Amino acid sequence: MLFKKPQVAFYPFMVLRDDYKCVRCKSCVDQCSFDATYYDEDLNMIMNHHENCVNCKRCEAFCPTDAIKVVKNPSTFHPDANWTPEAIRDIHVQMLTGAVILTSTGNDKPIKNYFDHLLLDACQVTNPPIDPLREPMELKTFIGRKTDQLQFDSDGVSIKTTIGKQLELEIPVLFSAMSYGSINLNLQKAMAIACREFGTYWNTGEGGLHKSLREFKDHTIVQVASGRFGVDLEYLETSAAIEIKIGQGAKPGIGGHLPGEKVNEGIAETRMIPVGSDAISPAPHHDIYSIEDLRQLIYALKEATNYEKPVFVKIAAVHNVAAIACGIAHAGADAIAIDGVRGGTGATPKSLRDHVGIPIEMAIAAVDDRLRKEGLRNEVSLIAAGGFRSAVDVLKAIALGADAVYIGTVAKLAAGCTQCQQCHTGRCAWGITTNNPKLAKRLNPDIVAENLYNLLRAWAHDIKELLGAMGINAIESIKGNRLRLRSWGLTEQENKILGVLPAGM
Amino acid sequence: MSRKRKLMKVYPIEENCISCRYCEVACTMVHSESKDPVKAYKLENLLPRATVEVKEAVSLSLMCRHCKHPFCFDACISGAIMVDENGKVNLDEEKCVGCWNCVLVCPFGAAHPMIREEKRHSFKCDLCGDRGFPACVEACPNRALIYDFER
Repeated sequence: MLFKKPQVAFYPFMVLRDDYKCVRCKSCVDQCSFDATYYDEDLNMIMNHHENCVNCKRCEAFCPTDAIKVVKNPSTFHPDANWTPEAIRDIHVQMLTGAVILTSTGNDKPIKNYFDHLLLDACQVTNPPIDPLREPMELKTFIGRKTDQLQFDSDGVSIKTTIGKQLELEIPVLFSAMSYGSINLNLQKAMAIACREFGTYWNTGEGGLHKSLREFKDHTIVQVASGRFGVDLEYLETSAAIEIKIGQGAKPGIGGHLPGEKVNEGIAETRMIPVGSDAISPAPHHDIYSIEDLRQLIYALKEATNYEKPVFVKIAAVHNVAAIACGIAHAGADAIAIDGVRGGTGATPKSLRDHVGIPIEMAIAAVDDRLRKEGLRNEVSLIAAGGFRSAVDVLKAIALGADAVYIGTVAKLAAGCTQCQQCHTGRCAWGITTNNPKLAKRLNPDIVAENLYNLLRAWAHDIKELLGAMGINAIESIKGNRLRLRSWGLTEQENKILGVLPAGM
Repeated sequence: MSRKRKLMKVYPIEENCISCRYCEVACTMVHSESKDPVKAYKLENLLPRATVEVKEAVSLSLMCRHCKHPFCFDACISGAIMVDENGKVNLDEEKCVGCWNCVLVCPFGAAHPMIREEKRHSFKCDLCGDRGFPACVEACPNRALIYDFER
């Protein structure tokens, strides 16, 4: 290709256009935010820069005559199991740029998904299943510290013990932390509306809470991360719970960097930084170097908010996750959120996203086991995150020992995302991970809120059906109930860690 | 003294418009003989009555506003433009002689010239009269067009 490095010609995707069906409405030209499509007036034809195409499928979705298909470039490298096209292209990128390869979303490598190797139980003959459409079915979940024991009044009914502040969820699913800056206000607003309507919670992420979203206070979890963006007393108080972010599944051990050019006035005001300045979250919290330090921060936040807000701590699932989670429980957290290796992000080095951390299934099992052994399980709730795809994954995670599940990618998908892995570019053609006003307006918060509500409703129905089949009428009864799980195709060691029996036993 | 008219028309919502041109193509399609978007453009040489105006982040779909005091009605030399009892501005393409006066005077650029071998005439949004509901509103994927009583 003229004026380009030779390797640019080995692009992965192509835009195919049926020229007969193309009516030259130029919708695709306007929709493409990656400069892959343009209109040539002299030829009266829509043309493509295939090398710029990222397979976001925006043009395909918005072609009114269905004339476009984005396809894999049929021209491939020589088939080689070791030197895959991805491996070769990565070398090309690094040799041309001398930089770390940035990417986004979650791990896309074929890491074994243990949820796919777990099977749920059902009732037959001796213990009848329940029909969720005819009988009440309870999905209500409480997140927060549970007391060691309950004391009753002399009447034997009224509870004397004071129970700490709990989050009340109508479905054991919450929306993950996605900051204003990494996503735009429209998606945050859509999540907030859906949460208020359905009865669950969304998480601000580390970018502060925009003033227009303060009305959703009772359904908002505010995050305190290493950058401390937007944190002040009002922020902490405008919440249902506070989450200290230590790590993230897609990039355990590293911080974040929102480039200055993305920091517009709204983001600057919300994050409390100057317009156009880089928003850098350090890798560590500079005041946390031990469990004792973490305890200080937890109690500082509790003191600041009069012990009215549960304090969560979010960590990435890493090798010693069980020991770390125990430490967090000892430090006084009300809930621990664990983000597995498949967790998503708006920007991360590819090497970290794909190779650091452990699967969330193993982490849930290990943490739940350890907390039980240490007698701490009732003191913290366990929220699992990272790559949950369906209600079935949620239920399996709960059976493994989680209390609830964080979903982020799912919310993005409900907003139109096609997982093209370009969040870090800020050019999201679907208007999700961008604050460019032309692109951000593509996400209508009212429409997406309806989509998210539908999704939660569908998942609630799904979970009820599955519980009914197991003869269970409350989500509480399946929590940590690994006897209702069986595995297939796993080794003895894997079964031991997950604490499940193989199918047939 | 302004009197509320019993007129429903199409209102664009600029904040929601994503300039996808669905309104344009839907308009062209429903006003065609074939009712097929590709044939409408390629065989019948039709053009949309609603046009998407884009400038950077600002975009909106623009079509006849059915003005209270339509300049096009005053300017029409052939009596092709008539205002009905509700205030809807109708353009009779048969009567139109193609003088382009309406095209010139329309402050919104919502009347367009159609030059064909057999006949010259102007055309504009008819609120999908025979269809019952405006196609552009139905086609809009981001709720950027609403069909409502005049405010």
